[in-house]
Amino acid sequence: MSEAAEIKIEQAERKEARANTILYVDGVSVTFDGFRALNSLSFYVEPGELRAIIGPNGAGKTTMMDIITGKTRPDTGDVLFRSDVDLTKLDEAEIANLGIGRKFQKPTVFESHTVFDNLLLACSGGRGVFQALFHRLGNAEKLRIEQTLETIMLVDKRDETAANLSHGQKQWLEIGMLLMQEPELLLVDEPVAGMTDSETEQTAKLLRSIAIDRSVVVVEHDMEFVRDLDCKVTVLHEGSVLAEGRLDHVQKDPRVIEVYLGR
Amino acid sequence: MTDYRQKYQMTPVIGWLLRDRGGMILLSILIAASILIPVGNLIVPEGSALHVPTWMMSLLGKYLCYALLALSVDLIWGFCGILSLGHGAFFALGGYAMGMYLMRQIGDRGVYGNPELPDFMVFLNWTELPWYWFGFDMFWFAIVMAMFVPGLLAFVFGFLAFRSRVTGVYLSIITQAMTYALLLAFFRNDMGFGGNNGLTDFKDLLGFSLQSDSTRASLFVASAVMLGICYILARCITNSRLGKVLIAIRDAESRVRFTGYRVEYYKLFVFTVSAVMAGIAGSLYVPQVGIINPGEFAPALSIEIVIWVAVGGRGTLYGAVLGAFIVNYAKTFFTGVMPEFWLFFLGGLFIAVTLLLPKGVIGAVPAFGSPDRQSVLAGLRKRISNGRANQGGKA
Ligand SMILES: Nc1ncnc2c1ncn2[C@@H]1O[C@H](COP(=O)(O)OP(=O)(O)OP(=O)(O)O)[C@@H](O)[C@H]1O
Ligand SMILES: [Mg+2]
Repeated sequence: MSEAAEIKIEQAERKEARANTILYVDGVSVTFDGFRALNSLSFYVEPGELRAIIGPNGAGKTTMMDIITGKTRPDTGDVLFRSDVDLTKLDEAEIANLGIGRKFQKPTVFESHTVFDNLLLACSGGRGVFQALFHRLGNAEKLRIEQTLETIMLVDKRDETAANLSHGQKQWLEIGMLLMQEPELLLVDEPVAGMTDSETEQTAKLLRSIAIDRSVVVVEHDMEFVRDLDCKVTVLHEGSVLAEGRLDHVQKDPRVIEVYLGR
Repeated sequence: MTDYRQKYQMTPVIGWLLRDRGGMILLSILIAASILIPVGNLIVPEGSALHVPTWMMSLLGKYLCYALLALSVDLIWGFCGILSLGHGAFFALGGYAMGMYLMRQIGDRGVYGNPELPDFMVFLNWTELPWYWFGFDMFWFAIVMAMFVPGLLAFVFGFLAFRSRVTGVYLSIITQAMTYALLLAFFRNDMGFGGNNGLTDFKDLLGFSLQSDSTRASLFVASAVMLGICYILARCITNSRLGKVLIAIRDAESRVRFTGYRVEYYKLFVFTVSAVMAGIAGSLYVPQVGIINPGEFAPALSIEIVIWVAVGGRGTLYGAVLGAFIVNYAKTFFTGVMPEFWLFFLGGLFIAVTLLLPKGVIGAVPAFGSPDRQSVLAGLRKRISNGRANQGGKA
């Protein structure tokens, strides 16, 4: 077979791999001052999929989210949304408006606003300066906010200032803000850090229900929680994928045991 | 609570203005002052105890301009976290625009009697008016320029700074650099703005003598009215969804970005509006003090404005107004009695407020503090014990 034909076949294969993905990360590398945080990272997420990403501290999980959401630019590699939108060319606001929502590792809500206003600001719709200046709260918006309050179990905290919420409640509020954005893809960084066991359980349930009609990528250290999520797991190590599959499967992988679970 | 929220969202501007207690008090005082003070000056005879001397009316008018300037700084600093240390530049530019009009009004009554050229240009042997002085013989044009020029500068400056995501201390430093650069530029004689003497010896405004009590009373009223209007405008902005986005930017800028807002446009909007307000303040200030010179661009003055806001109470709008009055009254007092102590006092005041009254004077008034506010003393005790705990922790 000629070389040209081989390349063609390879391209065709890659195209096929891409075709049915909501998120396609291929060969992404990024270096900070000589330190390789991501090393030719590749993975794919299918529409409607719930995916857990685990890996030791410093594996590059948060950096991966930074790349997808436009905060950090990769040195090399492709990041595609809905198999054709090149995310490496867009900035944070554009990517958010495309339908990718992100929860930070450290819960980040608008502390001086009420829970209600936090959700209102996240509510999908006009983001323009003058739209915001002349915006009046509509009934449809109000209804959506009320529904989200119920989903995130914060109905009775509606008029509470976000600064007064517990750590776990802030995590939920941030997830609620993502939902208000109506994203197709949610990236959730360590959602159960600082939560009680029962809160953790509720959060797993919440994320599973969210994943029914959206794609969700969850980064988490808590193995019980990951087990509760009951989904495909990707193990990151030193900036690339070490193993992928069901949790039981990856837990048996000797390399995974060595770098992560065994310790 | 639900009911309250419903009303809060659904009623028009008037509704929430009535619920804005500090704002209502401010607006009432402004209305009362703009009636009583001119009456006390123009109608009450001079011997009476209720007579308001002209110097006092002018002084209060000057404070009103400072208050508007403080309001403009609070709008960006208190609500969006943009600490501008160069707002004096916008104020001065507004002042120069008005000053240019007042210079043209002098006509042939100058020392050299040239009907076209201001004295300083004749002195420099210039033969014709520079192009950028055209139009300033018209009052409306000067007023438009007093808003347009600061607004344009803020827009261009903000566009570059916010697009490059310059924030925090770096932004404060480049705003200082901006006002300093303008200070140096306006000092130059060949800029055509009167060099270090600036613009002065004004005679009249719209044909009315600037020396007459009735003109001064009108300027006082105009300042009070503009402060009131700008307060309401600023309140409209902060109470809108846009205002909530601004506060969100102040608290968690990256979260706002990842929520899909273009943070730079929001900052640009409020920064430009604020600069226009500062320009208006400057244009009202100049006819009342009778001079505008490059000293108004001094970086230290811009820092002083921020102190006014901090003293009054950042992020409340009316606190900024109060702070401008308190600090400037103190300044007038000190520079009269013991001028050498003024800067020490100002520095001490700033430190005292930062340590004891982090929410400013307004924050210490129970009716205006937040519901979970602690008393000043309790707050202080907590700070001290925290300080001890921290020291203990380190040891
Ligand atoms: N902006 C940056 N500049 C320099 N180094 C960085 C930067 N961001 C991340 N790193 C480094 O890249 C590596 C990967 O970091 P990252 O935050 O992605 O890890 P993580 O997998 O999210 O870890 P954790 O589980 O602790 O959250 C770390 O060693 C970190 O120090
Ligand atoms: Mg991380």
